[in-house]
Amino acid sequence: MATVFKKPHALRDVPLHYCPGCTHGIVHRLISEVIDELGIEGSTIGVSPVGCTYNNYLYFNCDMVQASHGRAPAVATGIRRALPDKTVFTYQGDGDLAAIGTAEIVHAATRGEKITTIFVNNAIYGMTSGQMAPTTLLNQVTTTTPYGRKADLHGFPIHVCEMLATLEGTAFIERVSLHDIKNINNAKKAIKKAFEVQLAGKGFSIVEILSTCPSNWGLNPLEAMKWLQENMLPVYQLGNFKGKDLEV
Amino acid sequence: MARVIFDEERCKGCKLCTTVCPKKIVIMDTDRLNQKGFHPAGVKEMDKCIGCAFCATICPDCVIEVEK
Amino acid sequence: MGEKLLMKGNEVIAEAAIRAGCRHYFGYPITPQTEVAHYMAKRMPKIGGVFLQAESEVAAINMVYGAACTGVRVMTSSSSPGISLKQEGISYIAGAELPAVIVNIMRAGPGLGGILPAQGDYFQAVKGGGHGDFKMLVLAPCSVQELYELTVEAFNLADKYRIGTMILGDGTLGQMMEAVEFKDEENIVHYEKNWATNGTNMERDHNIITSIDTNPEILESWNLRLQDKYKQITENEVRVEEYNCDGADLIVAAYGSVARIVKNVIKMAQKEGIKVGLIRPITLWPFPVNSFEKYAEVTKAFLTVEMSAGQMVEDVRLAVNGKAPVSFYGRTGGIIPTQQEILDKIKSILNR
Repeated sequence: MATVFKKPHALRDVPLHYCPGCTHGIVHRLISEVIDELGIEGSTIGVSPVGCTYNNYLYFNCDMVQASHGRAPAVATGIRRALPDKTVFTYQGDGDLAAIGTAEIVHAATRGEKITTIFVNNAIYGMTSGQMAPTTLLNQVTTTTPYGRKADLHGFPIHVCEMLATLEGTAFIERVSLHDIKNINNAKKAIKKAFEVQLAGKGFSIVEILSTCPSNWGLNPLEAMKWLQENMLPVYQLGNFKGKDLEV
Repeated sequence: MARVIFDEERCKGCKLCTTVCPKKIVIMDTDRLNQKGFHPAGVKEMDKCIGCAFCATICPDCVIEVEK
Repeated sequence: MGEKLLMKGNEVIAEAAIRAGCRHYFGYPITPQTEVAHYMAKRMPKIGGVFLQAESEVAAINMVYGAACTGVRVMTSSSSPGISLKQEGISYIAGAELPAVIVNIMRAGPGLGGILPAQGDYFQAVKGGGHGDFKMLVLAPCSVQELYELTVEAFNLADKYRIGTMILGDGTLGQMMEAVEFKDEENIVHYEKNWATNGTNMERDHNIITSIDTNPEILESWNLRLQDKYKQITENEVRVEEYNCDGADLIVAAYGSVARIVKNVIKMAQKEGIKVGLIRPITLWPFPVNSFEKYAEVTKAFLTVEMSAGQMVEDVRLAVNGKAPVSFYGRTGGIIPTQQEILDKIKSILNR
């Protein structure tokens, strides 16, 4: 019998520190599978954010750089401009990208920076235990919206893909989810396309990945997948927002 | 014929794999705990495994290897 | 010696960086240093370099951080408020032990302050404006020629010690034009950078550049490594000018453009039979303690003159260690102290 599924080479053989059922782990594997399939581990540099995945530099076999909160796109810009023939990706959460790092992601996108951003949206701050994120849903209870997020107090959730799609520098924008096998496979296709867009030098690429946070949502991993389907999908429409038919 | 290999010590008992197996053979081993104190997932009726790798696809911790 | 040109200070900084092998500059407009960016915008594209105007100083310093991770020589420049915005990035650069050159052409503060020259960022530069125990190697030029020489030197020092190195000038230095003589051949020292994250090529284990470890023992070991580096720099890299100090009635401590004013005051005082000396720190960190210790025993009084409300004066007092009185004279708001004001202060201290 042949092995048909095993840990990708680009993913280091170390246990992940994430909570049981946290879908960050799936994202790490998908990125690593794509890096393996494109054969770019030796020429890729990844940028870790601040958040639950602040030290995911421990998990990827390519060179990794840790960036201050929200600044990964700027750090990646510095790397990419210094090494035009390499591949650069940022791994960011919703607080990192859509709160403190909004200016950096918007300007990296509008500059058409040839980097790929993997944006994990789980509608909450995980690392710091459950605060409201820019993508927290209306009425969603968090440690800083204990009575539920209210628009007049806390404003509205940010739709990053739609926002960035208005910027001409962007080449590929897709929102995917991980709540079932079909969607996980779609997510991988989108991540692969995003990296291919970068390799083809076509501009900025981003994949927003709807994800779960069982611990801070106060749900077990199975309930969390269900909560994502029932609550996040209606607000965050899946699909491609840019570059669907882009030749790479 | 196909089979799955679980790195039981890495399993965090999240049960996601048990929800996607088309043959319903991925179950939690409630008779024992791994190093981390979780009931590890596993397959008893390996003969029914079709090697679809759904369990491995949804596993957040890369616990499962699949052969076919 | 090479070409001699009449050039503006800010442009000389950019030219010096290029001559030092810097091919990556990330900046943001802010008076009075923006000509550094203009010059880079013109020159970098012609020499295969990168000039990028970032969306903010915060983004700029993080681009510097990223480029530095790959091992290239990289620089940014700004002025006081912009440098405040960069402090978090500067602390990360220190924590991750990255070589980078950061130029601060100081302007009057605090807040939006003014656009005229000042020296009110001394504490921020020397004591650390960002979080955590870290130092920057801080060089204070006092002429356009020194802007050139110290900027080239800054890149060697940054690489040698893997440290953020600051050129601390002020609006006068940045804006004025003076003759500058360029060397034919720059002294570029190359250092092995096998720590850089420039792609493993599948030939080595991956490199990680980070400044965090939640294990206190590990983080403390990193801190001790930093402190050891700072000790080495303190022992080996102090630069100072001692001018006319032997047998001086009073020694003035001043740096940057103020030090040049003091040199004229020394001539004026001489005519009135008063011997005044000058200790001019060129490295503000590491501070030239020995120079002060040497003269503290034999000099009646010290006077520190700054374009601020008094910051370096504290380091002078620490160095003099109570052996002689250390007075202060300063102007703020962008006002440059005149020679006469300083002379009057000296005479009042010496009761002349």
